[in-house]
This record gives sequence, structure tokens and C-alpha cells, in this order.
Amino acid sequence: MHQNKILDLLENDARLTSQDLADILDEDKTEIEKEVKSLEDNKIICGYHTVINYNKAQRDQKVMAYIEVNCSPQRDEGYDKTAMRIANYPEVNTMYLLSGDCDFLVLVEGKTMFEVARFVSDKIACVENVISTKTLFVLKQYKQSGILIANPKNEENERLVVTP
Amino acid sequence: MKELSKTVQDLKPSGIRKFFDLANTMEGVISLGVGEPDFATPWHICENAIESMYDGKTHYTANRGLLELRREIAKFHREHYNQFYDPEDEIIVTVGGSEAIDIAMRALINPGDEIIVLDPNYVAYEPSILLAGGIPVHIQLTEEKEFKLLPEDLKNAITPKTKAIMINFPSNPTGGVMTYEDYEKLVPILKESGIYVISDEIYAELSFDQKFASLAQFKEVRDQIIVVNGFSKAFAMTGWRLGYTLSNKEVSQAMTKIHQYVIMSAPTAAQHAAIEALRNGYTDVLRMKEEYRNRRNLLVNRLNRMGLPTHMPHGTFYVFANIKKSGLSSDDFCEKLLSDQKVACVPGTAFGESGEGFIRISYAYSMDHIKTACDRIEIFLKKLGIE
Repeated sequence: MHQNKILDLLENDARLTSQDLADILDEDKTEIEKEVKSLEDNKIICGYHTVINYNKAQRDQKVMAYIEVNCSPQRDEGYDKTAMRIANYPEVNTMYLLSGDCDFLVLVEGKTMFEVARFVSDKIACVENVISTKTLFVLKQYKQSGILIANPKNEENERLVVTP
Repeated sequence: MKELSKTVQDLKPSGIRKFFDLANTMEGVISLGVGEPDFATPWHICENAIESMYDGKTHYTANRGLLELRREIAKFHREHYNQFYDPEDEIIVTVGGSEAIDIAMRALINPGDEIIVLDPNYVAYEPSILLAGGIPVHIQLTEEKEFKLLPEDLKNAITPKTKAIMINFPSNPTGGVMTYEDYEKLVPILKESGIYVISDEIYAELSFDQKFASLAQFKEVRDQIIVVNGFSKAFAMTGWRLGYTLSNKEVSQAMTKIHQYVIMSAPTAAQHAAIEALRNGYTDVLRMKEEYRNRRNLLVNRLNRMGLPTHMPHGTFYVFANIKKSGLSSDDFCEKLLSDQKVACVPGTAFGESGEGFIRISYAYSMDHIKTACDRIEIFLKKLGIE
């Protein structure tokens, strides 16, 4: 019954414990644990990730590129079979089917530009039914998952410590 | 040098100020002490102000504020609160709710007039009364009655000298609210005595568990009510300094006289931001309200589990927690909590004598922040033997 609320809350902060969720929803902790378990079992919750500011992390050897992929859809299968042949590569972080000029948008991660370029030309471009690719390297990250990360200011803003 | 104003010299320094100075000198303080939203102003609202500057809208506006804005205010109050005011001559756009309270007091008070205030109350009310030459008279509110204003208390406080009563629901610092039914019982008393009511409704949108109610909804007394509201809390616009008054024409005219000499007109860019807020900002209000509600639940349920029985407040973003169990005064509790665990809360006594035994905890903070602060409070309570 709390499914959507739990999803809303965890989407914003995956570190909320069952007790936190129970407090927030004014609900019993065991009830919440059951709900979360069922969300995980049903693969509605598929994973928990951390939003990292790569501009700051200075973890070199991390290159990201968005690849626009065009392909010809197949009878009975549409795009899905081709999509799965691309999505299964571990280099692919995120992938969508889009409306408009390109069919797939694929976020690829690699250690170097060369590595990403090789992956695109040797793997994605060669997948059956793929017609063309266009590679767009990420230069800088401004916002991810609803969080502004290019903001040099501190998260705890300039509010005074105590105000009436 | 000549002596400064006696009235100003006699004003007590704010209890909050004292605490601010203390907390401000310390490193690593986690504060639960602020009275303003942590959210930044929604971006489309900022954009509208920026656009207005691009368009060269950088001049004074009409004294009462842009008519376009007053029309939006009138519409918003009609649609959301069932309050009916004429944008032409019953609304004044002010520099925050603070100016609104000040001009209301000055428009009403003759020297020696009594103004009833509720105790505990927001820190600016009494100084506004004193600066206008009035005499504050207190009604003590109690936790047992959910910090509501009761008809018998109102009746007993009114004397022939009473000019007005200053109220604030949902209330800073108690989080208390008044329902329509609660107000209904006050109406005959107000009608009979003819006193004015200055109703600070700045937290109107942060009313969680019931529909917001206001005395201005009662036709019988509508002309006695001066509604004070603004953009700070609902739209996260504290720094824009924009509020307004809703009142009958006569009162509005009197307040405009003061406003035009002291302020001229509220900042123009802020007024343009406010127009956008009222037109397209309500989904932001609801989003932030939902977040406040979640945080309230988190905070109150945790306080209860750590041995501080706290009722769920129905409005604002404050919890007025009863700390009598600790055996400490509010001041001592807050000072010890600050020095021992570096958590800053505001002693209830900063809001009046009736605040003794309480502390005001603000939840205008991220969940993470609240959780960390709660962990520290829990350690502190354990040391006091509370579990």
C-alpha cells in the first residue's frame, strides 16, 4: 500500500533504513521491511547507486560518451532483440529507445577515449541491423539524477545557524 | 552624545540572538535552529525576476505593489483560502511579513492601547507593539490544549483598553493550528468587543493534517481582521523579502500611509518573482510540503522512540518538544546540548515565559541532517538518563 511512497523516498535517498522509512510513513517497521523485500523480489527496485561528482572525484581513466544508434527494426521483434545485443555489454551503462532522429541512446563508459571509440566501432557498429552510430563524448557533468553537481557552493547553504 | 530612544533601550534583546552568538562561535555545529526553508527558491520563479531585469523593470512600483501582483494575490486567496479582498484597495505588498506586522501595529495603536499576544509567540510581535507605543497583554497557551487559543481565555483578556489581538496559526514556534471550528467559537467574542485581529498566516500552506482556516473567512468579523501573509515559507523565498496585508479599505489606507513614507514600494524584481510564484508555483509548494511532512514524521517518531514524548504538530516546520523530563530549564537544556553534542535548538523561553520546559526544533533540513542531529540528541538524552 505504501509502495509508491517507498519508491519516491528511496529514489531520492537509497540509504534510508527500514526504520527511517517506518518513521517517515508513520508505519510499522516490519511492514516496511516486507514491502521493500517484495519490491526487490519483483525487480521493481533493481539496484542502489551513488551519485558521484566526477568533476571533483578526479578519478582519471573514466570516460563517458552518449552514442546515438540507428538500426532497422525487425519483423515480430521490433527493436528489442537488437537492443538486448547492445545492452548486454558491460561497457553499456544506460540505454533507451527514443522517438525522433535516432533510435537508441546508449551511455557507454570506458577508461580512455580510445577504448570507448574502439567499443563503438568494433562492437556496437557491428551488431546486426545497426545502420549508423554517432559518438558524443561527455566533457563535463552539470546535473545527475536530479542533483546539481557542477555547483561550486557547499550543499549546506548560506543560512544562518539560528534564526527566529 | 544625547540619549537614544528610551523605548529602544528598553527593548529586550532577542533570546534567539543570544543563542545565535553562542552557536556561531563553535565549529562543527549541527543546527536545528533555523526558521526558514532549506529549499532554494524554485528556479522558474528566479528566472522571472531575472527576465524582469532584462526588460528594464527596475523602477519603483505603485506604493501598494504592482496591480498585476495584487490581482494574483487576491485570486490565490479567493481560490485557496476563501478569503475575499479587492486588489485595488485592500491589499498592500510589503517588505516581508515583518513590515506588514509593523505597519499594522502602527496603524492601529494609540499610546497605552493594549494588544493581546499569545505566549509563546514569534519574537517580533512584542517589539512591534512596544515600538508603536502599545502594551502587550499575554494569553498563556498550553500543550494540553495543543497551543490553541480558547474562547474563555480570549474573553478574559479583553479589557476596554484592548485594541487588537495578534495571532499566528499555524504557529511558530509551537506548530499549533486552529481549525474552522476552533475559530468559530471566537467569532462572537470578537464581534461583540469590536477588537481588531492581526492574523499572521505565513505558514498557511504548511498545514498538514487539515484544511487551513482563517478568521477572515467569517463574514461577521471580516472587517476586523488584518491578514498578514507572504512568500517566504510557502515558496521558499525568505531572501526576497516579500509579504503583504489583506484588510478592509480603511485600515489598508492607514497602513499605506506608513508604508509609502517608510518603504515607498517593495523591491520590484521580487514582485515579478512573486507573480510567477502565484501563477505557476503551486506544484512546488505541494512538493516541499510533502517533504516537510516526511521530515516531521521522521523527527517526531524518532524523538518519541528516544524517550522524549512529543505530539505530532499539525503545521509549520517546527516541533515544540517538551523537555521537562530532563529536569533542566529550556536554556540549560539547549546550552548543554550545544556544548555537549554541538546541536543547536532554540530554547522555548526565547518565545515567551510559557515556552519554559520546551525547545523548538526546526525540521527545515534534509533528512540526512535531521538523522545525524537525532543521533546526537539521543546520546545527549542517554547521558541525562532518558531512554
